Amino acid sequence: MGQTIIEKILARAAGRDSVTPGDIVDVAVDLAVLIDTNFYPAAWREVLKVAAPEKVAVIFDHRTPAPDNRAAEAHRVGRAFVETYGIERVHDVGRDMGIAHAVIAERGYGLPGSVLVCDDSHTCAAGAFNCAAMGVGEPDMIQSVTTGRTWFRVAPTIRYELTGILPEGVAAKDLFLWIAGLYGAHTGHNIEVGGPGLASLGMDARRTFATMAAELGSDFCTFEADQRLLDFMRARTDRPFTPQSPDPDATYAELRRIDLGAVRPRVALPHSILGNTASLQEAVGEPIQQAFIGSCANGTLDDLRMAAEVLEGRLVAPGVRLIVTPSSQAVYREALRLGYIATLMEAGAVVTNATCGACCGAHMGLLSAGETCITSSTRNFRGRMGDPSARIFMASSAVVAASAVAGRIAGVPVPNAEATA
Amino acid sequence: MITGRVWSFGDHINTDLIMPGWVYDQSEEAQTKATFSAVRPGFADAFTPGDIITGGLNFGTGSSRPAARSLRNLGCACLLADSINGIFLRNCVSFGLLAVECPGIGALAQEGMDLSVDLETWQAGPAEGGNRLAIRPVPESLLKIMQGGGIFPVLERSGHIAPAG
Ligand code: SF4
Repeated sequence: MGQTIIEKILARAAGRDSVTPGDIVDVAVDLAVLIDTNFYPAAWREVLKVAAPEKVAVIFDHRTPAPDNRAAEAHRVGRAFVETYGIERVHDVGRDMGIAHAVIAERGYGLPGSVLVCDDSHTCAAGAFNCAAMGVGEPDMIQSVTTGRTWFRVAPTIRYELTGILPEGVAAKDLFLWIAGLYGAHTGHNIEVGGPGLASLGMDARRTFATMAAELGSDFCTFEADQRLLDFMRARTDRPFTPQSPDPDATYAELRRIDLGAVRPRVALPHSILGNTASLQEAVGEPIQQAFIGSCANGTLDDLRMAAEVLEGRLVAPGVRLIVTPSSQAVYREALRLGYIATLMEAGAVVTNATCGACCGAHMGLLSAGETCITSSTRNFRGRMGDPSARIFMASSAVVAASAVAGRIAGVPVPNAEATA
Repeated sequence: MITGRVWSFGDHINTDLIMPGWVYDQSEEAQTKATFSAVRPGFADAFTPGDIITGGLNFGTGSSRPAARSLRNLGCACLLADSINGIFLRNCVSFGLLAVECPGIGALAQEGMDLSVDLETWQAGPAEGGNRLAIRPVPESLLKIMQGGGIFPVLERSGHIAPAG
């Protein structure tokens, strides 16, 4: 019987010919990524052996540089672990710092056909690289690091077959919100993305979508490997890898065709995404006090470019705080070089160092009681970015930038706006 | 057979609600105390060990934070939901919280009712009798870890981590 991409990767990692939905598989882990939150006292356990230090990376991201004593102590514990076991792939505060999923992308850590785990739900981001990547819990990370293995439940796969190209002014975030609005939760399923429309999506766009799959509730979200991906990986790593393609007779729980040309900007309304999205037109006019562009999903160079295009020669409205957090220091440097950072700052944005920061209400941009924020980050759950009474809308980085200028939720002026409205 | 009083929740209950971000860097006890504090203040104090939690679709969606451990620490005898998010289910296994998928339970279970859960016949329903729903059987290998205190005891026995101390 034919297999999907994820089934083939998991079968290989389990040393089996094939796997079937419903199977529990014990697999070898190719890369276990520890983050700063793993080293807090309530999360960490004293490790006595590490199966393979070269299959472990340590990336500090949620609270960097340390905003308080607790974070500073967690970073110290992490550094001691790195030292003891001779971990080489380390991204501490400094030049190589960034949100784990962004660093995994730009360093080519999420190899096609490989298995990657990290204690963060958006680990599925690396699925954009044809990698079996999934968020796991703290104990699972300690198991992966110490034994080199973990388990997965093989779920049935839903395939998205993409055709066409996204209209101007419509971003990968909108594609995600569109699919969330059309299909809701994908709990207990994997997602596979492919089709002729894939070629039009750049790597940042693919990663935005793969990252947001966590919000659809799916297990793995794996993309087909095409030439663009192979070129991207080869420019970043010498490590060998074996991409996996779906068998022609692979069995899917469902096959869903998406015409990218039909996608329109959408907004998620406060407190949840699933079953709670609206067209941009329905959301415009809502006054805001904060606008946030950032996170593993939408702190990419693409996002900073989109925001800079909207903000060029304009000013953030009085009474609005626009906070921009690049997803990695490398993205930050590149955006500096291209002039995006100057444009954003001239407009009145506060550009922070790369970190999770405001996305999870950790630091640098929390909301107070009763405030309204529009964000291009990953989640709008109640209390996520600060006070539980704050309201969080979610949209593309372009819409967030346009809203910051308007002082209320606003659309991006695009050519042919009438035609696409 | 497990019987307990129900705390009932709806669809898409996320882990930010179960365990708010502001306790992320605090002690396990502080995390447990803050369970559901944004939507049900006082939940952790009112919850009695042996009680049962029910939910609708996609329970535990969101962050991979150790929210399942807080429910285990409160003494939750069993979590049942129409469907459970994949990462959250892993955490239930790894932290040792009995959690099962039982389509229809979200609509059936009423706050405060006594619910009985039978892992022999894989059925759940009101303790008083009446409608019984099928539970999706949990593979033996996972059930063993769920009921045996999670993965840390296993790793301690195999010498991969030091005993908790
Ligand atoms: S940026 Fe936000 S969603 Fe992404 S890893 Fe950090 S906290 Fe999680």
